[in-house]
Parts: sequence; structure tokens; C-alpha cells
Amino acid sequence: MSRNALGLWTMGVLSLVLVFGVPAIVETFALIDFTLFIAMAILSLSLAFVWGFGGILCFGQSAFFGLGAYTYAVAVINMGESTVPILLGILLPVILALVLGYFMFYGRVSDVYLAVITLAVSLVFYYLIGASAGEEYKIGSARLGGYNGMPSVPPINVPGNPSAAVEYEALYVPAAVLLAVVYFGLRALLASDFGRVLVSIRENEARTELLGYDARRIKTVALAIGAGIAGLSGVLFCAWGAYVSPTVFSLVFTAQIIMWILVGGLGTLTGAILGCVLIQYLATWLGETKIADVNIVLGAIFVAIVLLVPSGFVPMFARLGDTLMRRRGEAGS
Amino acid sequence: MDLAVVVVIQILYAVASLALISIGLAIIFGMMGVINFAHGEFLMMGGYAFILSYNAGVNFWIAMLVVAPVTIAVIGVVVERLIIRHLYGRVIETVLATWGLSLFLIGLAATVLGYHQKGVNPPFGTIRIGAYQEGGYTFFVIFVTLALMAALYVGFKYTRWGLIARGTMQNAQMASGIGVNVDRVYATTFGIGAALSGLAGAILAPIAGVLPEIGVTYVVKAFITVIGGGAVALAGTGAASSLFGAVSQAVTFLSRPVVGEVALLVVAIVLLRLLPLGITGRYFRRGL
Repeated sequence: MSRNALGLWTMGVLSLVLVFGVPAIVETFALIDFTLFIAMAILSLSLAFVWGFGGILCFGQSAFFGLGAYTYAVAVINMGESTVPILLGILLPVILALVLGYFMFYGRVSDVYLAVITLAVSLVFYYLIGASAGEEYKIGSARLGGYNGMPSVPPINVPGNPSAAVEYEALYVPAAVLLAVVYFGLRALLASDFGRVLVSIRENEARTELLGYDARRIKTVALAIGAGIAGLSGVLFCAWGAYVSPTVFSLVFTAQIIMWILVGGLGTLTGAILGCVLIQYLATWLGETKIADVNIVLGAIFVAIVLLVPSGFVPMFARLGDTLMRRRGEAGS
Repeated sequence: MDLAVVVVIQILYAVASLALISIGLAIIFGMMGVINFAHGEFLMMGGYAFILSYNAGVNFWIAMLVVAPVTIAVIGVVVERLIIRHLYGRVIETVLATWGLSLFLIGLAATVLGYHQKGVNPPFGTIRIGAYQEGGYTFFVIFVTLALMAALYVGFKYTRWGLIARGTMQNAQMASGIGVNVDRVYATTFGIGAALSGLAGAILAPIAGVLPEIGVTYVVKAFITVIGGGAVALAGTGAASSLFGAVSQAVTFLSRPVVGEVALLVVAIVLLRLLPLGITGRYFRRGL
């Protein structure tokens, strides 16, 4: 079996365990924590796709995430039913990404300059929503609440039935299913023509364009797909905690997402999930046990990874695995 | 009339403080192509170095103009030797590594130095302008920034060291070929950039105070100004901070400070769309 097929089967089995096995053995309280990790893993996947495969260093992934969360909160408070708000929470970030992508890629903005634009966009949200503290800042019946955020956002409900709320531990299974859908969806996308062209743009934009592909359009679409996934993650996050505040747009939050990808390894989807869960778990654990300051530990890990394991852990272990397999093969023959 | 004078002074101050917080980052970016995301923490540490030594009895001006920049220069050289030099030529990796460093330094400052430092009041009192008052320190900040820019211009343009530094910036291999110790030039440049950041942090400390997280507010503005300015350090920073500072302060007058912040970001976004390599990507390319 090829490594790709092996990996696919492994992930298939793992996601079945995640959806059906974990709820059966884990306590309710831990299950609620896991749901948050899953929402964050979806966010991590979105940047892993945009950055790792599209080569677009987006420092504004939190803008799409936060926009998704806020859209859901505002819409669900006004509508009382969650189906349309969820869709809006995905749609609005996609529209933002299309506009932004048109603005950036068609202007040939790249690299660090692109990072600055996306960062600036998320900070615009941060300041604007932060300044919305007064009574007069509301959309419909939803008050934006400035830096205090929006409390008591209604949970997701069974489509068409607002009284059947899917909250607390019940949110786990839908979230886990969504993670699996996003993961396998992205793998399928990357195996398609679109995915191959996207990766070839990452490798060499000029050559890909000379072959007749419109890199600007493809990058815009890729950014929009990533934005939709980030928006979905934002919706889950907001529904999970029944709360959203402008910190989702802050620089610190953006740094976190980038760190997950870096730990797991740029250019792998599995790594993005693992990196996210590892770092989230570590941060929670450090926060609870107070063994060391969270920033010191995470910062040191961040630096160490860039210097020592620049490819991230998953590619490193994959290479190690390959080497071992080859050795064994040679020994056997 | 008095109001007009105050508005002009405030705009000058906004431009000067933006240039002040950016210049250290700009030198490092322009000369070495390295984005130092721990820049905000260099400012933060500069502020701490100033306040701690002042509270320990060091003379105000010595603490601000000597202790802070020298301390941060030493830290900067250590950082360059330990981290940055392994990553030359890889902009994104340096951004990420220094971002990690910034988290580390925030955590360290929070643990070791803490949140409760005695503040320092800005000297010089206030100056009356008709019906308005303006802090004398405002003028000091404007003056120091101008003096720094002038000194850097002279240093890069007319000294032997400046010549070597500019040569290394233009073509490191060629400079190395004719006997320049490129390694040392980089370390020195990084040290100078760090010293400028430390100095800026110390100068702004009486106004802004010091907190472990204060760097985050600085770094974003500095980062945007430097990238908006482009690769030519002095001219770029000057042009970008003039544009951004003036727009943001003017908008602040017309509405609220938060709208001014947003205006700065929006101008930066539009600017980079029109000039994808920053202002000096098209204008003042032969400047310094």
C-alpha cells in the first residue's frame, strides 16, 4: 500500500473513532473541552490549506474566523433559529475573502506585503468592533458590546426546530463530523486539478502562469475556501461558548494559529490538526497547573521549532518513517 | 488660530512618534531584509530599562539616553547571534522566530518584572498656546526624532562605517569579496536597530507607561509603517510615517481616536495595493 493510501485509511479510522468512539469513553466535561479543540482544529486546517498549499501567508485568518463568529452571533440573536446564521457565518467570510483576494492578488501584492494587508484588515475589525460599546451600536436586536463582547449567544439547534438545542456535550458529534468533512474535503480538493494547480503556483507562480493558468483567480478562490472554513470554525466557537469578543481579531490570536501550523508542519493537513491540539492542550495545561508562564513556554517552543525543526513535526516523522521502512526493505531483500 | 497651531503640533507629534517607534525596525529591515517581530518587546524592554534604572537612582537623562539603548543593543546582539543569523535570507522564518521570541519576552517580563512599576512623569511641564496647553515633552519627542533621523542620515552617508554598511546592504557577497566582515556588519546593524528601539521605548515610557504587553501596540504600527515605507530605511520611514501619522491624527481630530487608528490601517492597505513594494519601491529608490 502506498504511503498516501495508508495515511488516508489511518485518518478514516481515526475519524470514525473520533466521532463514535470518543463520546462513549470520555467524560462529559472533557467532551466539552474536546469540542473546542475540534473547532480550533478546523480553523487550523483552513490556514494549513491557504498557507501550506496555496503559499499565501495570511496573517488575517482570524479576521475570517471572527467575522464568522460575529455573523453567527448577530444573525442567530435576530432570527432565533440557527440554520441560516450558520450559512451566513460561512458566506460572509467568503465574500470578504473574494473582495480581499481581488484587491490583493490582482494588484500583485505578495509575501510580507500581503501579510501586512491581511493583518491590517483583522485589526480594522478589532478596533471597529471594540469601539461598538454604546447602546446605539446594534444590528437588529443584537448589541455588539465593544470589548465586552456579546454574551448569551443562542446555541445551534436542529435545523427547523429552534427548541431542540444542540449544546454542551451534544455539540461534540456534529463538530467532529464537520472536522472530518473539512479534512477529507480538503484532501479531495488537493487531489483535484484545482489543488494541483494551486500547489504549482506555490512552487512557481510565473511558470504556472506561462502554462496558461490564471494564478490570480486561483489564489483568490483558494483564499475564499480557506475563509469559508475559518468562518465555519468561528460559528462553532461562538456557539460552543455562547460568547464572542474582539480578542478573536487580535494579533495574539493570529499568532496562535500560525504556531499550530508551524508545529505540525507546513504543507500537511494532519500536522495542522495535531499541532493545534498539542499547543491548545499544552496551553490549557500550563494555565491550570501554573508550572511556568504560558508565553515563555510557547515562545521558546516557537523559536526552537523554526530553528531546529523548520519543516514541523509531521513531515519530520514521515521522513523518519520512510527511512526506517526503506532500511527494513533493504535488510529483507 | 491657536487651534490651528495645536492641530499642527499634534500632527507633527503623531508623525514623529510613529517614525520613532519604526526607525529601529526599518534599519534592520532595510539593511538586512529581516523583519524583527520582537521589535515591540525591544521597545518594552527599553522602557523597563529606563524606568528601573531611574527608580534605582540613575539620572533621568542618563537612564533614558544611555542606559536604555545600550542595554537593548546588548540584548539585540545576543538575539542576532543566537537566532537571527541562522535565518538570513528567509524573511518568513525570521518573522516567525522573532514572533516566538516576542511571546517569550512578554512572558519573561510578566514573570520577572511584573506589572506594577512606578511610573515616571514627563518633564518640561506644559506650554500655553493661547487658550490651549501643550506638554513640553511633546516638543522634546519631535525634536529627538528629527535629531535621530539627521544623525542616522549623516552616519550612513558620510562615515566610513556607513559606507561599509551601505555596501553590504547593496551586495553582501561583493562586500565580503573585498574584505568586509559581513557577519560583523550584520551584528552591528542589528545592535544599532535594537538600540534605537530601546531608546524609543525609553522616550515614550513617561507618556505610555510600561507593561509587559505594551510591545504589541507598538509592533503593529511599526510593522505597517516600515512595510508601507518599503526597503529604503530612512526615506521610507520618513515618508510612511508622515503619511500615516498625518492621516490618522487628522482623522482623530475630526472624529474619534479609534477612527484615526482605522484610517491609518485603511490608508496602509490602499497604499500597498497601489505600491506593492511600499513607497520606496517606486519613489526615493536611491535615497537612504
